[in-house]
Amino acid sequence: MTAPPLLDAHLVADRGAFHLDARLRIGAGEVVALLGPNGAGKTTALRALAGLHPLSAGHLTLDGVDLDRPDRRVWTPPERRPVGVVFQDYLLFPHLSALDNVAFGPRRRGADRRAARARARGWLDRVGLGGQARHKPRQLSGGQAQRVALARALAVEPTLLLLDEPLAALDARTRLDTRAELQRHLGAHPGATLLVTHDPLDALVLADRLVIVEQGRVVQEGDAATVTARPRTDYVARLVGLNLHRGHADGHAVTVGGLTLTTADTVRGDAFVAFPPAAVALHPTRPDGSPRNVWPATVTGVQRHGDNLRVQLAGPVAVAADVTPAAAAHLGLRPGQPVWAAVKAAETRAYPA
Amino acid sequence: MTRPARRRQRVPLPLLLPAGLGLLFLVLPLAGLLVRTPWTTLPRRLAQPGVLTALRLSLETATAATLLCVALGVPLAWLLARVEFPGRRLVRALVTVPLVLPPVVGGVALLLVFGRRGLLGSWLDATFGVTLPFTTAGVVLAEAFVAMPFLVIAVEGALRGADARYEEAAATLGAGRWTTFTRVTLPLVAPGVAAGAVLCWARALGEFGATITFAGNYPGRTQTMPLAVYLALETDVQAAIVLSLVLLTVSVAILAGLRDRWVGVT
Repeated sequence: MTAPPLLDAHLVADRGAFHLDARLRIGAGEVVALLGPNGAGKTTALRALAGLHPLSAGHLTLDGVDLDRPDRRVWTPPERRPVGVVFQDYLLFPHLSALDNVAFGPRRRGADRRAARARARGWLDRVGLGGQARHKPRQLSGGQAQRVALARALAVEPTLLLLDEPLAALDARTRLDTRAELQRHLGAHPGATLLVTHDPLDALVLADRLVIVEQGRVVQEGDAATVTARPRTDYVARLVGLNLHRGHADGHAVTVGGLTLTTADTVRGDAFVAFPPAAVALHPTRPDGSPRNVWPATVTGVQRHGDNLRVQLAGPVAVAADVTPAAAAHLGLRPGQPVWAAVKAAETRAYPA
Repeated sequence: MTRPARRRQRVPLPLLLPAGLGLLFLVLPLAGLLVRTPWTTLPRRLAQPGVLTALRLSLETATAATLLCVALGVPLAWLLARVEFPGRRLVRALVTVPLVLPPVVGGVALLLVFGRRGLLGSWLDATFGVTLPFTTAGVVLAEAFVAMPFLVIAVEGALRGADARYEEAAATLGAGRWTTFTRVTLPLVAPGVAAGAVLCWARALGEFGATITFAGNYPGRTQTMPLAVYLALETDVQAAIVLSLVLLTVSVAILAGLRDRWVGVT
């Protein structure tokens, strides 16, 4: 039995027809990324944790204190939660300087004006913006505004730090620098951190653990290695760039649709089989030779994908294949063309569903 | 001018004609005022004691009425914009009633409530010895009654236009609703409050009907500029023109000054 997590929440909330039902546990010093497509309920979960959206059931316990217990009519207003939020478009108060924005939290939580400003100055120095203390938000660049927003949220020394798409509003170049710096600050934060994002790269770089939500439910969670190696939904598979199929396994054979794939792993019962697009080889005629998974397919689309071309194939199973431009030219790939697809058993991975 | 050449825009005649007539209609009476002003006797007439007294009373009461409207109207606008409560639409409609009510009727209504034998007036008189009708305070009350909707509507519009998520951000930083209102909401809508206060002040300055009904027409006590103009018109048209010119000059000067300094570009 390990120590109880700092955050223990079962978030049940409704927003119109949308229903959220998600369990979240985050330990002290742990950074969890809540990842999911648009409209999956990520922002609703974040707002519920911050007290900006009421829970209809479930519970929210932070550091052993029940903040929300709808069944016992316990509810804590946002201003009395030890929670800091970095909003997607930062929401820095436009009429206050960077320093006063950061001092706002400490001041509201009981520090006198001088102490609050001193603390704010310390945080601005820590994010490297000591020189911009007197600037108004409109005088700050996107990256600087993001860092002020982070300093403002951290200045209240929150037990739970929430970040809503913290890098989404930045251009690509600023994003790279800011992501690296954000990683440093999140690593130093002693409390629990929840990062809401739809960008898998942000999640992989910044988080210790991923929680993936779709349609208001947690569909998969685990560390980056597990999630990327063994996706459990089409969304996760697309995110990590794998072909994913669900079928029935009997030892080394997994039956998917009308096709039986041979895999290196041994599984029985309902199972997933996953393989990268680069493992799919295309041939103009049926290839012979070593034992392979081979099936006839039809090209439905071809797009650029990095230096290669990604080919969408229809057939007994729908898969994506990556081929080099040279190979594509050799095959003369175009939509509607019949090809043979082949995948080595050693390049597939099978695991229980 | 080095402005880049723009395609000459043709204004259709059916729009240009009424637009020109409308402008003429608004400007012509003002021009008439200037044309008929007795410029030669102007300095002597301005020096008459009654003019300055009425002007000062007008400015003082309009300013006091505006302060009263801001103190009561801003919280009312906040309530209408930010708090869901049953009957909110009805309250919003009630707030705008003084806009459509003839000011004289407003004055009569004020007399029925705050008059010596009125619903509240008799109690005020008996308990505190306070009498409002036919006093300077009564002028302020009448002006505030007529002018408050302008402020409430302007501030409510500003509040609805302001991003309420700033208030959520303030809450997550530990600010309660009152602190959020004073530290975040009010600074964000300050231009809207200023614009509303200017409108409110202008309306109060020109107030006539409710004032003469509720506060009467006593020089030095309740006789504001519009009342003085009306009274002068009965006896001395030249004096009425001079008073009108003074009121016009002062109000235009103050509004122009405030517009540049407070309201900004709108």
